[in-house]
Amino acid sequence: MTIGLSLPAASERAISEKQVAAVLIGALCLILILIIALPLWALLSKSFEDADGAYVGFANYLTYFTTPTLFVSLLNSLMVAFLSTAIVVPLAFAYAYALTRTRMRGRGLFYAAALLPIFAPSLLAAISLVYIFGNQGFLSYLLMGNSVYGPIGIIMGEVLSTFPHALLILVTALSLADGRLYEAAAALGTTKQRVFWTITLPGARFGVINATFVVFTLVITDFGVPKVIGGQFNVLATDAYRQVVGQQNFSMGAVVGMILLVPAAVAFVVDRIARRRQVALLSARAVPYEPALNRALDTFYMIFCILIGGAIVATYGVAVWASFIQYWPYNLSFTLNNYVFSNVEPSGWDPYFNSLKMAAAVSVVGTALVFSGAYLLEKTHAFPLGRAVAQFLAMLPMAVPGLVLGLGYVFFYNASWNPLSFLYGTLTILVINTLAHFYTVSHITATTALKQIDGEFEAVSASLRVPFWRTFSRVTVPICAPTILDIAVYMFVNALTTVSAVIFLYGSNSKLASIAIVHMDEAGAGAAAAAMATAIMATAIMVRMLHILATRFIFDRFQSWRRR
Amino acid sequence: MNHISVPLLEGAPVSGAAAPSAYLKIENLTKRFGAFTALNRINLEIPKGEFVCFLGPSGCGKTTLLRAIAGLDLQNEGSIHINGRDVSHAEPAQRDFGIVFQSYALFPNLTVDRNVAYGLVNLKWSRADIRSRVQELLSLVGLPDQGDKYPGQLSGGQQQRVALARALATSPGLLLLDEPLSALDAKVRIRLRAEIRSLQKRLGVTTIMVTHDQEEALAMADRIVVMNNGSIEQIGGPEVIYCKPETAFVSDFVGHMTFLDATVLEHGRVGVGSLVLAVANSRGFAPGTTVKLAMRPEEVRTRSIDSSTTNAFEARVESLSFLGAFCRATLNPVDSPGTMIAVDFSTNAMRDLGICVGQTRLVAFPPEALRIFPHDSREMHA
Repeated sequence: MTIGLSLPAASERAISEKQVAAVLIGALCLILILIIALPLWALLSKSFEDADGAYVGFANYLTYFTTPTLFVSLLNSLMVAFLSTAIVVPLAFAYAYALTRTRMRGRGLFYAAALLPIFAPSLLAAISLVYIFGNQGFLSYLLMGNSVYGPIGIIMGEVLSTFPHALLILVTALSLADGRLYEAAAALGTTKQRVFWTITLPGARFGVINATFVVFTLVITDFGVPKVIGGQFNVLATDAYRQVVGQQNFSMGAVVGMILLVPAAVAFVVDRIARRRQVALLSARAVPYEPALNRALDTFYMIFCILIGGAIVATYGVAVWASFIQYWPYNLSFTLNNYVFSNVEPSGWDPYFNSLKMAAAVSVVGTALVFSGAYLLEKTHAFPLGRAVAQFLAMLPMAVPGLVLGLGYVFFYNASWNPLSFLYGTLTILVINTLAHFYTVSHITATTALKQIDGEFEAVSASLRVPFWRTFSRVTVPICAPTILDIAVYMFVNALTTVSAVIFLYGSNSKLASIAIVHMDEAGAGAAAAAMATAIMATAIMVRMLHILATRFIFDRFQSWRRR
Repeated sequence: MNHISVPLLEGAPVSGAAAPSAYLKIENLTKRFGAFTALNRINLEIPKGEFVCFLGPSGCGKTTLLRAIAGLDLQNEGSIHINGRDVSHAEPAQRDFGIVFQSYALFPNLTVDRNVAYGLVNLKWSRADIRSRVQELLSLVGLPDQGDKYPGQLSGGQQQRVALARALATSPGLLLLDEPLSALDAKVRIRLRAEIRSLQKRLGVTTIMVTHDQEEALAMADRIVVMNNGSIEQIGGPEVIYCKPETAFVSDFVGHMTFLDATVLEHGRVGVGSLVLAVANSRGFAPGTTVKLAMRPEEVRTRSIDSSTTNAFEARVESLSFLGAFCRATLNPVDSPGTMIAVDFSTNAMRDLGICVGQTRLVAFPPEALRIFPHDSREMHA
């Protein structure tokens, strides 16, 4: 009677799926320990050691806080970070409000304009500001005798380069509005002001908190802007660079790194809490909010957006323009000479192609690692301890600024006892470091997409005796193709523009474009620096546009099953 | 590979013929999540070819038990034998079952054909064999020409059939259904009930279905396993579960039930307020014991009775609510005011007898329709 066919008894299989999953999770742990945990450990222990590696307790910290020249950098950094945050967050909030809660025309365009800084190294903002407000700038008189080289320039540069990061968070927060609340308020005859203070702001509260911490952390750990425009005004990030690269004082560099870890760690915890609360705020039955037409208000916001968005585009535009002219400000005729980098930089265009190579490698390797890792953590159940460790380590880089991670890599991969020290100074270590730096955001993106997939696919596959890796490649990856592409592009663009982590790690053959920009700027070749930054920005924007086209293509060709 | 189609459609001997040993045998199965005991020493045997429903409220452990049988959540203690083989610690792939989930879990990026063929590809069959097998299965579930569509283009009921076809494709010895009908419209649900049942009978595949819908369980199962708080309350055929519930919980969960505080009297009688009623089975309770008396609303008799009928009493109709085929009424016995009893009158009886609120009528409950339970026993959480 058998309806059963003679199937190969599964027990004959040499290794079970569970063992495979456990081994893979073990491998993931090992990788994450190597690229995240150990470098951070090296940083921590280095801050408690003297130059010879002997344990000295808190002596380094004591030296730091009692040496005025060092301690003043901390105060400077705090001041710059506080002021930048205080300027960026309200501006970004108003801008985000205009984009999400009004029916102003051209919202998409304004959104794109404000996101421009994401596609360029933060250095570019500072380079532009030098052209505009520097000694030979055309608007220097606006500073009324104050020099742009110092806190003024740093704050302006940070405001420009962190604006889109705050904007992204606040747009998300403000678009999560429940229209029913506004209808209820209107039905009760509530005034506009009261609606704003009792519904709009509380609804976006966690976004505001989150944006505040993110901006503060970005500013306090940013290296690019103060390096270019800081002049004699020392901040923590430039100090760390000087201690490690200039004076080879690794212990003091480690102390600075540990100090930089504090705001980022606080921001991380706040973000975790905010995320948890925000989810509870919006129920599944919420109705999207539709802003009403209000010509006066829309006009007001449009003027505001033209000013802010215009300022951003104009600033970056000046750098692009400056890269194409003969000699600022005396000879403004067009030239491509600034793009012949071999005039000022021995390696010529190599850094640009190194950056492309590095970004491509991070994008390919990183996406594969992050997505497979997220899948193992989300969909398999073997090796609970390993999964917990991997999950923790995957979230950790979010709490670690690039500069700090870079320092950790110096201490770990440059150590003579480390068998992996051969990697130091190669393009490989830049790839690994950058991958680790951007791991968390990618991991969260992948996990979110995986959570939306039916949790029973693996159970069904198991009942059909199809191993999980086959379901992964036949079902999970095709379903998640758009997300995978998102992650790849996110990694590529960030790898292209990053500077703070890699500045410690490059070698003579692996100099990146962002580092070449620093060097050319140091050497007084501002136009060439602007040209390199422009090349990077143009590449990043092009990749992003290809991304949009590719996503459309994927949806048309390979995701026809989504259509009903 | 022609042989596959014949046995599939010919049907196999269904239960009844006493199997020498159970197809599925569960012994002392215990599953804990932290301090919470989800399954408490479950013992169960299911003969080959039987259709069994695990019935209970949410959180009773029925899904946990199903997942333990599938090997998706391993138990802490106890053993599971399938077809005489100890699979207590085997991985799902080594257990020989097909499963259908409430969400169907169809792969959205694969066509219906490819979904059904998903498990066959692994068996290294030839392409032609796979195609004919898929066609056969789709015909079996009534979707012979939907193979090129994607799951998203099908209705819920159609998706459910595809999930069923996929689960049956590899001819598993055991079919597990986890609330397969809960996500469907009422009408579709009732039609699929009958289809699944007849398909199961035809294939003779041992089947376990988890459900919280007692009507579904009563309509489909050979045997029902009623579960509560991680334990089995009662195992039995639908009639037994409905008419002879062994615990207050079962009597309350399956069907509607009025519970009244009562005291056991001599000679198979109980006292409820000032009423004295005869019960067919006093289940060994000593006179004087306080118990719960349970009566089903539809067991009320109101035609061809008189005051000499056993358990007849006068009651006032306090309220009526129209529920379509019948009316649910609340009765207040004249001799024992306040002892509210829910009864059902068919719409027929309503019309013929002119029942209305405020009326006083003679009603009776036959002794065999009354059951008594220990006073401290748990009912459903009201």
